[in-house]
Amino acid sequence: MSGLFAEILDSTLGSLERLGALTRFFGRLLLMTPVGLLRFRLVIEQVYNAGALSLVIIMTCGLFVGMVLGLQGFDLLQRFGSEESLGTGAALGLLKELGPVVTALLFAGRAGTALASELGLMRATDQIPAMELMAVDPMRRVVLPRFLGGVISMPLLTAVFVVVGIFGVQLVGVQLLGVDQGQFWSQMRGAVEFDDIREGLIKGTVFGIACSLIAVFEGYNAQPTAEGVGRATTRTVVVSSVATLVLDYILTAIFF
Amino acid sequence: MSPEGRAADGELADNIAVMREVDYSIGEKTVFSGLDIEIRRGDVTAIMGPSGTGKTTLLKLITGQVRADAGEVVVDGLHVDRLTTSDLYALRRRMGMLFQNGALLTDLSVFENVAFPIREHTDLPERLIRTVVLTKLEAVGLRGAATLMPQELSGGMARRVALARAIAMDPDILIYDEPFAGLDPISMGMVLRLIRSLNDALEISSIVVTHDVREVSQIADYSYILADGRVVASGTPAELQTHPSAIVHQFMDGLPDGPVRFHYPADDYYEQLLGSEPGR
Repeated sequence: MSGLFAEILDSTLGSLERLGALTRFFGRLLLMTPVGLLRFRLVIEQVYNAGALSLVIIMTCGLFVGMVLGLQGFDLLQRFGSEESLGTGAALGLLKELGPVVTALLFAGRAGTALASELGLMRATDQIPAMELMAVDPMRRVVLPRFLGGVISMPLLTAVFVVVGIFGVQLVGVQLLGVDQGQFWSQMRGAVEFDDIREGLIKGTVFGIACSLIAVFEGYNAQPTAEGVGRATTRTVVVSSVATLVLDYILTAIFF
Repeated sequence: MSPEGRAADGELADNIAVMREVDYSIGEKTVFSGLDIEIRRGDVTAIMGPSGTGKTTLLKLITGQVRADAGEVVVDGLHVDRLTTSDLYALRRRMGMLFQNGALLTDLSVFENVAFPIREHTDLPERLIRTVVLTKLEAVGLRGAATLMPQELSGGMARRVALARAIAMDPDILIYDEPFAGLDPISMGMVLRLIRSLNDALEISSIVVTHDVREVSQIADYSYILADGRVVASGTPAELQTHPSAIVHQFMDGLPDGPVRFHYPADDYYEQLLGSEPGR
C-alpha cells in the first residue's frame, strides 16, 4: 500500500515538475516574442507549415462535420417543426464549440506532431546543439517562429473550418433535405451575433497557444533517441487533446 | 565581458585552451578526475582514447556545453565556467565545431547551411554572403554541390559541408568530434588533408577528438591519450609510439585485450549460466 502511495506521489511530483518546466518555457517564449516578431519572415514560413499545409485536412473535416451536423440537426429540429432554424443552430454550434475544438484536435494531430517530431529529430541529429555552438539561440531561431506560426494559424484555421462547416450544413440541409434557403440564411444572420464569432476566435487562439506550446515544448525537450522522439510526438497529441477539452470547459464557463 | 570571466595570468598566451585539475561526473559516474590538458595555439592537437573515456565530454567542457564540477577550463584566456550566456556565445563565435554526423540543418541547402552563421551574425549584403559561401565551399571542394540538400550528400560530403560551415565565420579554434567516423578511405584522406591545410592556411588552432590513431598521427602536432578519466600519455605521435605505458601500447597498436578489458565487468560466467534468473 505504501508502495502504491509512493508511486502516486512520485507521479504527481513528476507531473508538477513538468508543468513548472512548461510554464518557464512559456515565459521564455513570451519574453522573446517582441524580438521574434522582428524576423517575421521566419514566422510566415511557419504559418505556411502549420497553417497552409493543414488546410486540406481542416477543410475536408469541416465539410463532413458540417454535413453530419446538417443531418442530425434536421432530424432533431424536424421533431419540433422548426427545421428553418437549422442554419442558426449549426452556425452557433460550429462557431462556439465544434469549430475551435475540432480544429484544435486536428491541429494537434497534424501540425503539433509535425512540430514535435521535427524539433525532436533536430535534437537527435545534433542540429540544435550545432546551433548553440554557432552562438545561435535555438529557442529564438527555431522554437519561437514555430510557436508563433502555430498561434497565428489556429484562429485562421478555425475560421476556415467554420465557414466550410456551414457550407456543409447548407449542402445537406438546403440542397438535400429541402430546408428553405432564405429562411436558412436569414435566421442565421438574425441570431448569430458578433460575440459568438468573438468567442470562437478567442477559443481558437487559446487552443492555438496551448497546442503549439505543448508541441514545441515536447519536441525541444525530447530525449535524443528514436524512442524519445516517438514518445514526445505521442505526448503532444495526448496532452494537447486533454488540454483543449479542459480549456474548452473553462472558456465556455467564462463566456456562459 | 564580466571581469571574473577573464583568466588572470599571462602564461596562457601560448595556449588556446587549458584545463587544470578538472573533475566532472555524470550522476554517480566519474568522467574526469584531475584532468590536465594544454592545447597549444596554432597546433593540431589530437585527443585520443578508447570509446567511453569522455572525449566528447571534454569538447563539451571546452565549448561550455557542460560545466566542470571542479577545476578550471580556460579558452583563449577566458574561464568558460564563469562566463555569462552572452559572453559564452561571444566566445563561441570564435569557435567552429564539426560534429560527428555533420549536424547539417536538414531543411536548408548546402549553400544555405554554410550561409547560416553568416546570416545570423552579420548584416552582410547578399552578394558578399554569396562570395564568402562559395569561397568556403571551394576550400572543401564542394562549390559544385551548393544547390544540393543535405539528404543528397554522402557521409564524407556532409562532413566537408559541415567543415565549410564551421569556417564560415573565420574562427580562431576549430574543433572536430570524431571527424573520420564511418568514412571510406578516400573521404577520410580528404578530411585529413583539410584539417591540416585549413589549420595552416587560416592560422587557427585545431582540436581533433578521435580514436583513429594512425590517421590522426599523420597530421597531429601533439596528442593526448585519455583513459580512466585522466590523461595517461601525451606527446608527439612519434613519442607516443614508443611510450612505455601498457594502455598506450594497447591503444596505439589496436590490441583487443589489455589494461582496457575485452569483457565488460560481470559475475562469474559458469555461475551465471547455471543460475536461474535470466540476465543475472
